[in-house]
Amino acid sequence: MPMILSEEAQMVRETALEFFRERSPVTALRKLRDDADPTGFSRPLWQQMAELGWTGFLVSEDHGGSGFGVTGLAQVMEAAGRTLTASPLLSTALLGASLLELGGTEAQKAEYLPPLVAGEAVMALALEEAPHHAPTRNATAAKRDGAAWVLEGRKVFVLDGHVADHLVVAARSAGGRDEREGITLFLVPGDAPGVTRTRTIMVDSRNAAIVTLTGVSVGQEAVLGRVDGGADLLDRVLDRARAGLAAEMLGSAQEAFERTVQYLKDRKQFGVAIGSFQALKHRAAQMFCEVEITRSAVMAATAALDEGANDAALLASLAKAKASETFYLCGNEGVQMHGGIGMTDEHEIGFFMKRARVAQATFGDAAFHRDRYAALSGY
Amino acid sequence: MSALDAFRSDTRTWLEANCPPAMRTLMPEEEQVAGGKRAVWVRPEQKLWLDRMAAKGWTAPTWPKQYGGGGLSPEEALVLEEEMQALGCRPPLRGMGLSMLGPVLLEYGTEEQRRTHLPKIVTGEIRWCQGYSEPEAGSDLASLRTRAVLQGDHFLVNGHKIWTSNAHLSDWIFCLVRTDPAAKKHEGISFLLIDMDDPGVRPRPIRLISGKSVFCETFIENVRVPKENLVGELNKGWTIAKRLLEHERKGIGGIGARAQARFERPMQDIAKHYAGEENGRIADPALRAQIAGWQMKNHAFQLTRRRAAEAAEAGAPPGPLSAMFKYYATELNKDRYEALLAAEGVQGLGWEGEGFTEDELRITREWLRSKANSIEGGTSEVQLNIIAKRVLALPD
Repeated sequence: MPMILSEEAQMVRETALEFFRERSPVTALRKLRDDADPTGFSRPLWQQMAELGWTGFLVSEDHGGSGFGVTGLAQVMEAAGRTLTASPLLSTALLGASLLELGGTEAQKAEYLPPLVAGEAVMALALEEAPHHAPTRNATAAKRDGAAWVLEGRKVFVLDGHVADHLVVAARSAGGRDEREGITLFLVPGDAPGVTRTRTIMVDSRNAAIVTLTGVSVGQEAVLGRVDGGADLLDRVLDRARAGLAAEMLGSAQEAFERTVQYLKDRKQFGVAIGSFQALKHRAAQMFCEVEITRSAVMAATAALDEGANDAALLASLAKAKASETFYLCGNEGVQMHGGIGMTDEHEIGFFMKRARVAQATFGDAAFHRDRYAALSGY
Repeated sequence: MSALDAFRSDTRTWLEANCPPAMRTLMPEEEQVAGGKRAVWVRPEQKLWLDRMAAKGWTAPTWPKQYGGGGLSPEEALVLEEEMQALGCRPPLRGMGLSMLGPVLLEYGTEEQRRTHLPKIVTGEIRWCQGYSEPEAGSDLASLRTRAVLQGDHFLVNGHKIWTSNAHLSDWIFCLVRTDPAAKKHEGISFLLIDMDDPGVRPRPIRLISGKSVFCETFIENVRVPKENLVGELNKGWTIAKRLLEHERKGIGGIGARAQARFERPMQDIAKHYAGEENGRIADPALRAQIAGWQMKNHAFQLTRRRAAEAAEAGAPPGPLSAMFKYYATELNKDRYEALLAAEGVQGLGWEGEGFTEDELRITREWLRSKANSIEGGTSEVQLNIIAKRVLALPD
């Protein structure tokens, strides 16, 4: 498991950093928010990202992708995190592509992946039902009706859910609350009869929706993966999402940290730069350490996922937990060290703190992953 | 088979044949080998193992052969370390000669100094200690006042050093001394090697919170030191002092990643033992979270060490990452003992005597000892200052 980037990954990283810096600075997110943009991301920007091949990093060459891997996509996500770019990278390029690649039939892959790679189709995973991440706490009913399935339930915090062309709905086809066995995944058109989608405006100005399913009928061809065996597929896909999101959070944390250190050098009080005060120096140095520690965890997790290593799940939890703690730290210290100006909407540092809180809660916060890490380690 | 693979296989064969079985067991602190004229051998295998390793130069694997070292490349040295770890071999010798003075002599010493001192460090014949801190010069080390006056062919040295680890068991001391009291404080310091046989050098052990006396204060009174024992140039000792501190911090920063780790009982097993187990998990969820939190922090830190090592191998300059190791490793080690104490409950709070196992008493003492980690070799606060200055370029 290498802890240095390959030349190819390094090139992707540099391209992505420049891309987002030039075409999608934090002002772009502010504009989406202030315009109450109904899509919540820029479709032309997404199209450009697709043209750069990023949507196909987790898609095999047979279906139009490059199969470049999680580490490659993580470079893009980290760069996107630098500028808090809103895009379907997580929902579609990572989750959608992985669900289909790892769980789809040949027919499903052939149908869904090419438009996904082309940047034409947006996907969303409809998983959570409660305020806390709980992949198996699933009460959305999936009942057989002849050759068809009927779905009933309510999903929350569905990322890009209100604009997704296709939803992947996790539903309970058997078993009781919290049981791993009995979860089945279904591909459902975003505009299927019985699907109601309500966009939820989140504090980080990024996309999420409540999706209600009322008597939604789909055929057997909509089943993604094994009937009743969706939990394993979800685990694999979610671990990729955790590592990818951790990379995004790492980028955001690094940016918040660097902006804050710059402010400590620029801002003068008592006739000197406030960065000369030891009370602030030490906290800045501690942030530096945590960012570096997090970077190592993220690199190890994405490499392990690409290699299919045995400890990939453990490392994904490690990465997500560390990224959650570190981004939280850098967001909050960022606002505090910027002082009054950090409290204003005009200044961008607040956007980072807000994003930190939402990203923490996405696919398990630090407490969730501590407990999962312990369970995976046998305690 | 690559040359490195061949080296690995030869090394394994040699270790298997030459490392006595008794030296492949968990090493109690009192069986650490530091050498020197006052060395106490708890068991004969310690001496045998040291002599065999020293004969190959493998107590100092990367030092050049002409000074008694192993002449190994960094990659080979890593292989040796890995193979020793795999077999559970004890380190044959530890000490400040190996970890601090040797590297500094290789860089700054004269040929004569290297030939005189390095081979005796490799064999463990001479034990060294460090004369840095003084009662009035702790974190502000450069304000030290021990005086060395050049008088013809020798220096006359007078002063008072403190926290001189194991000075009472050592043969020689490397000292920072003031040779130009008129110069600015960083510019009048020299680096001097002093033979402790001189009756004017008097170490006195200091009892610590752990009940042990590994630290001393050392009085130096009218000691004549030959001029040849000056390392580097006169009044230019601060550069050498700082370089040695880097070696020291690297050593302290390596805490927790040392060989022999495989003998340690995992923290989670200790927690299960003392706090109970439910469905295979530590029964107390708060304790479980504390243990997992520590394990994850350690895991991510070890990954960071590996990342730095791989970057160094790939030719990157020793970057900002190394600045954080001493700080992070020592704080982590303190947290480790806090977690262990939390796991053990009152069984972790015994001082001596009945009612406690040896392991319990050992962990209590180690908990107390660990508190020095973030003080010695530059406090955590000093390390954070260094990161702020050198890495973040924050103003003074």
